[in-house]
Amino acid sequence: MTDMTDTKNAHEAQHGPLSYRFLALVWAGLMALTALTIAAARVDLGFLNVAAALGIASAKASLVIFFFMHLKYENRLIKGMVLTAFVILAIAIGLTFVDVGYRY
Amino acid sequence: MDQTDHPAGGLTSRPFFGPQGSGGPGDKGTGLASWIFSTDHKRIGLLYLGVIGLMFTTALVLGLILRLKLMTPGSTLLTPQQYNAMFTLHGVIMVFMVVIPSIPASFGNIFLPLHIGANDVSFPRLNNFSWWLYVTGMVLAITSIFTGAGAPDTGWTFYVPFSERTTTNVSLAVIAVFILGFSSILTGLNFITTVHRLRTPGMTWRKLSLFVWSLYATGWIQVLATPILGITALLIFAERVLHLGLFDPGRGGDPLLYQHLFWIYSHPAVYIMILPAMGVISEIIPVFARKPIFGYNMIAFSSLAIAFAGSLVWAHHMFTSGMSDTAVLIFSFLTFVVAIPSAIKVFNWLSTLYKGSISLDPPLLYALGFIFMFSIGGLTGLVLGAAGTDIHVHDTYFVVAHFHYVIFGGTGLGMFAAMHYWFPKVFGRMYDHGRAAWAFWLVLLGMNVLYFPMFIMGLQGMPRRYYDYLPQYGSMQMVSTWGSWLLAVGLALMFWNLYRGCRYGPIATRNPWGGATLEWTLPTPLPHEAFEGDPKAPEPYDFKGINPDG
Repeated sequence: MTDMTDTKNAHEAQHGPLSYRFLALVWAGLMALTALTIAAARVDLGFLNVAAALGIASAKASLVIFFFMHLKYENRLIKGMVLTAFVILAIAIGLTFVDVGYRY
Repeated sequence: MDQTDHPAGGLTSRPFFGPQGSGGPGDKGTGLASWIFSTDHKRIGLLYLGVIGLMFTTALVLGLILRLKLMTPGSTLLTPQQYNAMFTLHGVIMVFMVVIPSIPASFGNIFLPLHIGANDVSFPRLNNFSWWLYVTGMVLAITSIFTGAGAPDTGWTFYVPFSERTTTNVSLAVIAVFILGFSSILTGLNFITTVHRLRTPGMTWRKLSLFVWSLYATGWIQVLATPILGITALLIFAERVLHLGLFDPGRGGDPLLYQHLFWIYSHPAVYIMILPAMGVISEIIPVFARKPIFGYNMIAFSSLAIAFAGSLVWAHHMFTSGMSDTAVLIFSFLTFVVAIPSAIKVFNWLSTLYKGSISLDPPLLYALGFIFMFSIGGLTGLVLGAAGTDIHVHDTYFVVAHFHYVIFGGTGLGMFAAMHYWFPKVFGRMYDHGRAAWAFWLVLLGMNVLYFPMFIMGLQGMPRRYYDYLPQYGSMQMVSTWGSWLLAVGLALMFWNLYRGCRYGPIATRNPWGGATLEWTLPTPLPHEAFEGDPKAPEPYDFKGINPDG
């Protein structure tokens, strides 16, 4: 438990706790992007509808990971690992579209 | 004084199995609770080994019954419904409860920390929790057989639309798979963190044993791919309970989406199964050839390459499903790419053996069996990866034969090789080498008599999972069943020999094979606290000055 407290203190000493005001702004950004998702779904953009939905979802996920989950303040190793995970996920989604996008 | 290590605490006899107690204040004794709530990586490894052994025996018996039913055509021994349920359970138990956790959860747990000079994994409590998740998933899966409207009958792949509509107990089975998946994720996460954080000073990445490299690559697949299995299992559950229509074309869904999601996990899962076995083989071959491993860098790199490229080939399971021709072309190409790092490993193992001072002890026999069986399984995989030939043999016995050659002939023999290699270190006693060799030859012969006829039947058009067959397949089906009996006898002899060794075998020495990795510097059986300070990082494949005891 002491270890955890120490780590937390060291963590906060490094970059300071995130203010409620800042966190509220991120939350507001997430809400705005949710509204944008719904708005974009109402316009018929053809295949671009999917691209728009995935793009907005990625932006939202980035906000959560970088600020709520503190990735922005982690070292390069952790950032690299998270990036690897998302690159693999992006490739998996992309390769699935090789099927869906070209199906008769 | 011989090189035998006497157990701590002044005991005159050795424990029946497992690591020594410390005898000190941290020693929790030998009661049941001291095992099932243990955070000691060695005990958790043995817990996994025990439960995996139990599940292996269960699924093996199911497999033997299936082969017995298929020995003759017509309606014999089982009803069609029982047959469907039985091959489903054989697959679900073998894949999710035996092969996926097999080497990483048992020998990986025991030896990964020791290979890097650590006294435990990074998160010992999480390690114990992952075993409990495994047991919970196992109990739920077994419960699904006996409750609800009958045992699941979908095959281990749970394909829609059948898995959404069947009245059998699929809902509970997919929840079990979901929980088993989390057990696997936590083990992978633990291993990745341990390798990054707990290496002894001087243990650089290029001094890691190849077993650790393979577990590291496996850990990444477990962490990145298994969540997709989790969500897929939940979607099946949601479909069955809430009827969302995600996979129903009549309601805007897509049945092929299910196949994509399932295989995005389940193909990399094949590499979760095979990579740790490849790590075991990379450990055994240089020790028994008394030569440094040939191509260390390439073997280590090929583990990562297999983990990465293996994550991009999943749709080769779907060539005949109606997906786009563009996807068929791309996935067929990517499948051929994975063959390259796999071949790199095989050629490097063979080069290590070349001009080596080979001692044909049981662990090496099993390792050579692995190379033989994996090569046949791997090359027939290319027949399936080529879109043209796959259309001919898709969903036939050819696929069943290929899969069993790779997974049973590969991972299975890799697991048995690990059991024979690390047995003296884990159990403190030695088994009978002659009997182990007899068991090996019986197992190898049994596997080939059992599975090779399936290649021929597959090429002739015998579909997999069929309850009955045309008379033209009668003789091959008969031979295949004989093979299953040979295999069963070989396995029984192997397990009996190991049990005898465990109970009554001669006391094992510290380093009976002359291995150069850190576990062989420790007393036998392993002490509770392995290292008293930070051990010096050895060159894992430099055998100068290291000789087998005795």
